[in-house]
This record gives sequence, C-alpha cells and structure tokens, in this order.
Amino acid sequence: MSTSLILLSLLVIGIAAYVMASSRANALSGGKSSNLHSRPGYYGSYAAVWAMLPSLIVLALWLSISPSIIETSIRGAFPDEVKAQPAATQNLNYGMVSAIARGLPKLTAEEVAGITDGSIDIQAKLGEKGVPLAGAAEPYMIEGAKNLTAKTAVSRLVMTGVVLLLAVAGAAYGLRSVAPRFRARNQVERVMLWGLIVASSIAILTTIGIVLSMLSEAARFFAMVPASDFFFGTVWDPRFAGAGGTSTEGQFGLIPLLAGTLYIGFVAMLVAVPVGLFAAIYMAEYASPRLRSLAKPLLEVLAGIPTIVYGFFALVTVGPFLRDLSQQVNGLVTGNYMNFIQAQSVLTAGIVMGIMLIPYVSSLSDDIITAVPRAMRDGSLGLGATRSETIKKVILPAALPGIVGALLMTASRAIGETMIVVLAAGVAARIDINPFEPMTTVTVKIVSQLTGDLEFTSPQTLVAFALGITLFCITLCLNIYALYIVRKYREQYE
Amino acid sequence: MNMMSEAAVEKALDKKMNDIALKMIGKDVSVHYGEKRALYDVNLNVRENTVTALIGPSGCGKSTFLRCLNRMNDTIDNCKVTGKITLDADDIYDPNIDVVELRARVGMVFQKPNPFPKSIYENVAYGPKIHGLARSKADFDQVVEASLQRAGLWNEVKDRLHESGTGLSGGQQQRLCIARAVAVSPEVILMDEPCSALDPIATAKVEELIHELRTNYTIVIVTHSMQQAARVSQRTAMFHLGHLVEENDTDKMFTNPDDQRTQDYIMGRFG
Repeated sequence: MSTSLILLSLLVIGIAAYVMASSRANALSGGKSSNLHSRPGYYGSYAAVWAMLPSLIVLALWLSISPSIIETSIRGAFPDEVKAQPAATQNLNYGMVSAIARGLPKLTAEEVAGITDGSIDIQAKLGEKGVPLAGAAEPYMIEGAKNLTAKTAVSRLVMTGVVLLLAVAGAAYGLRSVAPRFRARNQVERVMLWGLIVASSIAILTTIGIVLSMLSEAARFFAMVPASDFFFGTVWDPRFAGAGGTSTEGQFGLIPLLAGTLYIGFVAMLVAVPVGLFAAIYMAEYASPRLRSLAKPLLEVLAGIPTIVYGFFALVTVGPFLRDLSQQVNGLVTGNYMNFIQAQSVLTAGIVMGIMLIPYVSSLSDDIITAVPRAMRDGSLGLGATRSETIKKVILPAALPGIVGALLMTASRAIGETMIVVLAAGVAARIDINPFEPMTTVTVKIVSQLTGDLEFTSPQTLVAFALGITLFCITLCLNIYALYIVRKYREQYE
Repeated sequence: MNMMSEAAVEKALDKKMNDIALKMIGKDVSVHYGEKRALYDVNLNVRENTVTALIGPSGCGKSTFLRCLNRMNDTIDNCKVTGKITLDADDIYDPNIDVVELRARVGMVFQKPNPFPKSIYENVAYGPKIHGLARSKADFDQVVEASLQRAGLWNEVKDRLHESGTGLSGGQQQRLCIARAVAVSPEVILMDEPCSALDPIATAKVEELIHELRTNYTIVIVTHSMQQAARVSQRTAMFHLGHLVEENDTDKMFTNPDDQRTQDYIMGRFG
C-alpha cells in the first residue's frame, strides 16, 4: 500500500473510532448527558486519538528509518573490492543501485532476464524508459537492485500491516475505555497540550539547528583564515580563485563591511526615528478615534511592502533624484555641474531604509505610549498643562525606556536588512565618512559571496557563514538588550 | 493648633457660612456621553472656602459634574456639556476662556494616586514650572517646601525629595498629589474620591488635610463614604440617576433631609 493510502485508511479508522466511541458514550448516558463525565464528543476524540496517534508515530519512524537499514544491508552484500573503494565512489555505486531499482519495475520480465544474463544493455534500456543511469551497470549492482526492490516491498508490507493493526488496536482500546466516569475530556486536553508543546519546540529546535549549521560552517572558515584577520582586518578583497590572479589568497576584513552596515543603519535611524516617533505621538495623543482607525492601518501597509520593492524604489527613483539634485545644487553654487552624490550611496540606502523602518518605529512606540496610564495624562492636564507639555514632560519620560527598547529592535532590523542595500548601497567595501559615496554592508557581501556557481570548500564562500554568524550575534544582542529594557519598563505599571 | 482653637475656627466659619460668597455657579448643567445622557439640568453652587461633598450611588453623575468644573470632560471623546458654569462670574465654557488657565485655577486630585514617575521634588515643581510661577532654584525650593508642608507631607519626605514619587505609600502618594495641586495655587480643588484607594489611617490623614486646606481653598469632593461626607464637608449635594436630588448643609442633610430619597440613601436603603 502506498503511504497516502495508508494515511487515508488511518483517517477512516480514526473517524470510525470517533463515531463509535461517541455513540457508545451516548448509549451509556441513557439520554442524560449529566451521567457522563465528559461530553460524548470527547470520548470520540479520545478513541480517535488512540487510533491515529500511535500508528502515525510508528509510520513516521518506519518511513524515516527503514531506508537506511535496507541500504546498510545492501551495501553489506557488495563485493569486497567494491567495499575497498573510497566513500564517495561507494555512494555513487549505491546511487546506481537505487536508480536501477527504480527502473526495474518498468521493464517486462523478458527484458529483466535479458539484463540479468547481459544480453541487453541496461543503461540504454533504462534510458529509454526515462531512468538515466550515471554509468555502465555491473552485475553486482543489478543483483543489489533486485535485492533492494524485494526488501523494500517486504518492509512496506510489514509496515502496512503493523500500522493498520496498531490503528485498529488503538481504536479498540479507546472504545473499551468509554465509561461514564472516565475523564476523557482531561485526557484530550493533555493531548492538545502535547501537540502545542511539539509545535513550539519545532520552532525553537529549528532556530538552534540554523545556528549550529552556521557555526560549523563558520568554524571551517576560521580553520582557513585566522579569526583576528577576519575581525580586525580593514581590507575586504576575497579574490575568487582562478580569476586570473596568481594569488588565490583573499583578504577577509570585516571592518569595512561593519562600518558600512552601521553607517547606513545610522542614516536610516536618523530618518525613521523622528518621523516614526512623531507619527506615533500624533496617533496616540491627538488623532481622533476615527482618524486613528483609518491612518494606523495605512501606515502599517508600509510595513507590508516587500523590501525588494523598496530596493528598486531606491535604485530607480531616490538614487537618480539625489544624484540630479546634487548636480543642480553644485551647479548653482559653484557653476560646475558635477554631481557630488552618487546614485548608489550611503544616503540613498539610508533614506529608503529609513522609510521602510518608519512603520516599525511608529507602531511599536504607539503601543508603548498608549500603555502609559491615563491617570498620568489626567494628572498633568488637571494641573493645567497643555497637551504638548504633558507629552513632553510626563508621557515621553514615562515611556522612554520602552521607546528606547523599540528603537533598538528597529536598529537590529536595519542591520539585518538586505535587499535595499543590495540595490541601493553599492558593492564597494570601503571605509568612508562621506555619506554621498557608495559603501557596502555585511548582508550585501553575504549575498555576493553566495550567488553563482559555488564550491563550499573555499574561504571565499565559507566567509559568508562567518559574516552571517557575526550579524546574527549583533542583532541577537541588540534584541536581548531591547527586550530587557522593555520588560523592565512594563514592570513599572503592573 | 490645639483642639479648642480648631473648633472655634470651625464655628466661626460655620456661622459665616450663609453669607459666604459663591465661588462657582452651575446652571442647568447637562452632560451627554454620545447618545447617553449623564446629567440632567443640574443647578449647583459651590461656596467659597467651603468643603462641598457630592454623594450618591455609583453612576449617578457626581464625578461627571465634578469633572465639568475644570473641563476635564474635554479630554473624553464624544462628551458634550451644555448649560453654564461660572467661576467668579467668568463662564468657564466660554470659547474665549483658556482651558489651561482654568485648570490652573481649579486643580484636581484623582481617585487613584497618580504621581508622575519623577522625583518627589519634580512632582511638586511640575505645575509651577509649566506655569512659570517660579524662576530661581530658591523660588522652586520654597514653593515645593510650602506645598509639601500644606499637604502635611514635608516631615515625611524632606530627606528624600529626590527619590521617586512612585516609591511612596498609597496615602503619601495621594498627599503628594494634593501637594502637586496646591503648588500651582489654585482657587478651587476638586477631589474625585481621593480616599477610595487608601487604608483607614491614610484616609484619616487626608481628611485632616482637607480640613486644613479649607481655610485657603474652596474644595469640592466626591465620595462614596457617607461618614466621610459628614466628617469633612459643610455642604452636601446628593445625586441620583443624573439628577441633583438635594443640596443642603451637611448637618441638616444627615439629620433631617428634605428629600425622601436622600434619607433612604443615607440610611442605606439603596445604592
């Protein structure tokens, strides 16, 4: 039976268990539901859970483990001279075996016999049937493939039997447990709880997995390039191997990239913080409820625009505009029509990124400002303060720690932002204080090191992981510090 | 001040009561919150240097009326006030009146103590600072000390003026709020159930303070406690379902009210 058919049968068994258990509970109640501990549906769910959950777990385990067990046994049957070959070749051989195994069922019995005695060329034959082979098959491979097919079939048969049997047994157990005083509701509740725990641990484990994989790749990089050269180097020149140069040694200095990242982030915050904060103050303190309900979602639409769209907005509109503007200004002032702002520059990237960040600043700050208790406003207004005095002297100081936290979170977004800077900041890894010149960021370099044909063994590509983990550490620290500040601020009013 | 002289002062004040000037006059005051009407043509006067207590069951409109007196209702969306309220003959709902100045003249103390998350000193200095009542550091020191003295808090906090106001106990916080209100030298102080969040000892202190403040300020207090109204006020107004039921001398109100509903409420038959 195919896996989807097994799943379907499990579902049918589960539904049957549900229906039977709940009708049995109904019968036991004698028409008075107060005779039962739980509502009939809970008994049904309990039986369905017993029918489906254990069998599903067994199915999942079987499907994930059995191929590797079979592979081990097939490889064990390979001739000794094949076993002596290097691991990479062996993997290739096994790939051939499994490809042949996939192809064999498509052949007629005569063709199989022909292949076995060598009268038909297997590579050509299977190629006709749409199963390409990497090389000429040797007899032991055909033998292994036959073996593999047989073993897989047996495994599948046994699995189907075990899973279905388990499902029926589970359903029967669930059905037998139905009794008036049986606390099915509490049991179902526990299953729900475990389901939720599993879901949240998947999210956490994935994060840990990502970090670990980055760490291991970064470790390979640091095995080739000393960490001090990376963290304190001021020249970024990775030099792809075979690009004509005699030396393939690159220089991987983090400093220019980090400087660009922080500079662009700083310009972005210069744009986003005042605008976002003032928008938040207006929304929280002055806007009428109707305007607020209209304007706030509109502002948050900005947050929904994909950053690549901001990127080409910067590339096509903002960059050329700034360049032309600088040309005109320069012309008016000095008479020399020479642009002093490049189309791709720190300024362009910073401004557009700042626009992108406005909704984050305003939305987070708005929440924090509205969380300041009304009593504070009343107290200040009751003393004869105007609204802006109240905001300046009472509300903002009270909300300040929270706002700082929100700004730190926004800053960590600015540092991690990729698409805008890829398009608008340029790729020149330089250290410069002139915001009109292009600079580049850590994220841009990660993108450029990882695009194209790659081999994941050279420092030129592995450096991306070192950059990634550095970036991750920076944003993580910022976020943790921001959360700490926000939490401390919350305690004040709770 | 000993007991005798205090009683004597009170007697003198009570005697003069009937010829005391009217500080605020409310005429046909009605309030709507959107569609809902909260006050029906209330005519209520506030006498100068008198404690006027507003009593009545929950939702009867007494706090609403109180908040009309310094236009704090303006801060509530869709609240509409009609009728006329005057403060020393100035119509406070006149479009030409400066609400900010009005609130400086008619201060307010709220139900829950709400000191700003600043130091005790800055809490008290807040009002004088925004109104420019003091200039030099010495002026501020003097205003802060005088206000805290008035609120009977000076001795408790004089050594920690620069600690946070939120670190004080509930009763101290409320007296700090009173000091904060007093610091802008208002003419009228409105108190919206100032003791409802306080324990009996702190309540006694605040009541004592109200007693003393009466010599310099006109006070309007909303309270749920009948005993408190009887203890601190000279005039009492009883509200019920948005109507002013009765306004009278406190003594008379609690011994021989004119209106049956007042009698029932005071006796605890409803509310």
